[in-house]
Amino acid sequence: MNNLVILPVLVPLVAGIILIFFNKQITVQKWISVIASILTIVVSAILVQTVFNNGIQIIQVGSWKAPYGIVLVADMLASLLVLTASIVSLTCILYAFKTIGEAREKFYFYSVVQFLMVGVLGAFLTGDIFNLFVFFEVMLMSSYVLIVLGGTKVQLRESIKYILVNIISSALFVAAVGLLYSVVGTLNMADLSQRVSEVDQPGILTVIAVMFLVVFGLKGAIFPLFFWLPGSYQAPPTPITALFGALLTKVGVYSILRVFTLIFYHDAEFTHGLISILAGLTVLVGVIGAIAYWDVKKIIIYNIMTAVGVILFGVATLSTTAIAGSIYYVVHDMIVKAALFFLVGAMAHISGTFDLKKMGGLIKNHPVLGWMFFIAVVTLAGIPPLSGFVGKLLIVQGGLENGHYVMAAVVLLSSLLVLYSVMKIFMNGFWGETKLSLQEEKGTTKGLLLPIALLLTLSIALGIGAEWFIPYFHQAAETLMNPSIYIDAVLKE
Amino acid sequence: MEILMSIMVGILFTAATYLMLSKSLLRIIVGTGLLSHGAHLLLLTMGGLKTGAAPLLGEKAAAYTDPLPQALILTAIVISFGVTSFFLVLAYRSYQELGTDNMDNLRGTDRHE
Repeated sequence: MNNLVILPVLVPLVAGIILIFFNKQITVQKWISVIASILTIVVSAILVQTVFNNGIQIIQVGSWKAPYGIVLVADMLASLLVLTASIVSLTCILYAFKTIGEAREKFYFYSVVQFLMVGVLGAFLTGDIFNLFVFFEVMLMSSYVLIVLGGTKVQLRESIKYILVNIISSALFVAAVGLLYSVVGTLNMADLSQRVSEVDQPGILTVIAVMFLVVFGLKGAIFPLFFWLPGSYQAPPTPITALFGALLTKVGVYSILRVFTLIFYHDAEFTHGLISILAGLTVLVGVIGAIAYWDVKKIIIYNIMTAVGVILFGVATLSTTAIAGSIYYVVHDMIVKAALFFLVGAMAHISGTFDLKKMGGLIKNHPVLGWMFFIAVVTLAGIPPLSGFVGKLLIVQGGLENGHYVMAAVVLLSSLLVLYSVMKIFMNGFWGETKLSLQEEKGTTKGLLLPIALLLTLSIALGIGAEWFIPYFHQAAETLMNPSIYIDAVLKE
Repeated sequence: MEILMSIMVGILFTAATYLMLSKSLLRIIVGTGLLSHGAHLLLLTMGGLKTGAAPLLGEKAAAYTDPLPQALILTAIVISFGVTSFFLVLAYRSYQELGTDNMDNLRGTDRHE
């Protein structure tokens, strides 16, 4: 029992409630959000270090013993993602100060962001599959509000589809949980893992596994289930898109990572073979979309899918190296995607459009922004020594060790195309003829550079200091590869 | 009884799918309502039905109903209730703003506004 585990959920929850009362005083709201976010970061950093030193930390809510009550479990994977997510949310809040506009701020924007964080962090930490559903819903409910907040026509139109897709996936989630309960009679993930390995993996468990794959795949936007993502993520303003792109899809990916290493790993030939194929197709569709569009936001949105595919490939190989790489890549991607969304947001802020063809030569008046974008680009593409490289290296290495040559080739090829797609933004947006003089610009980058700089510093540190961070990721991967560590920690308290 | 319930779940899912494939937004919302009802009923059925037994009758009870599915349904119902009401309000608001409830007219293109 360690009360530290629940704090990353509790701090944003309390902050969100307090923020409701200050909906008219924007300055107070800003201060409270920043303080709460920093507090969340501090708490999660302590959590990471505690888990690193003392192993998995758990809390039994209401002191009900593990298989019967709800547990929150912080293993290395969960706590690392909690830390990254809280850092990303802080930068999103900082970025929103200048861009989100007073109308949205007065309608509980900061409050809803905190509630979103409750859902996201809770989903990372929970050790109970129904509780995962509940935290998913907390997260989704907040995301519904965020996607429609402001009520412009595009937002209303896209949010209808977003909500519809998510309601269907929630119903599927409930159905899958119900079926799972009828087969093994428990909902605690550690207990599930144990009992699923005891029963002789009948076909129904594989069916349930695929149902879960569909549910989480819808959240994570994997290949056939990605159709809603480009439209919905494009509608809201940049800070919200960044928050969604960096966090929401990663929650889906995290759930796949958790469920398919802890519970459904017995029929690996079928389930993980399926994941591997879907991962490959996701990568392909992602890069094709990223290359096809001339809308800067859309390019980055399609890049989310590529990253999801790469991460899933690591999951599908089921080797410690590749899973460590996947976890590394999730963390890297959360940071760099948020940074990229901020950067294209800043570009659009200056030029007043998201259309790449209407921009040009921004680097002349905004050299800092331009070079920051360049760093983000090479980080995303995985050029050593920056952070994307380490993750991809581990994933490809793990893939080659286990004989997944085609997939490894797809991942490597996708790096080139990803580099091309974002370089396209750099070449056309920052280089070339300057289309806007300083006077004609629609906005300034004042106040927008700080959050980007924070994220990029982090990403560079993650790449250059890889030696220092790798033990954390290896611990996370080892816990995932040996479910008995997790089971012992939860059930033998 | 379980079989009857399972068939009922199937009927609900079928009706929900049919409604959600229609073009009117209101029908779609009714469809999502039916879908979540089906899911809840499935949850109840999966726990096993025992007619007449209470969820808990002390430790020496001869028969009892599994209380867990009921707790799960309660949670799921509350959530789907909230989501449905949000969806209804959103549908009304977007009808006001966009002037249509036909999904065909809500189809997105690249350049909008």
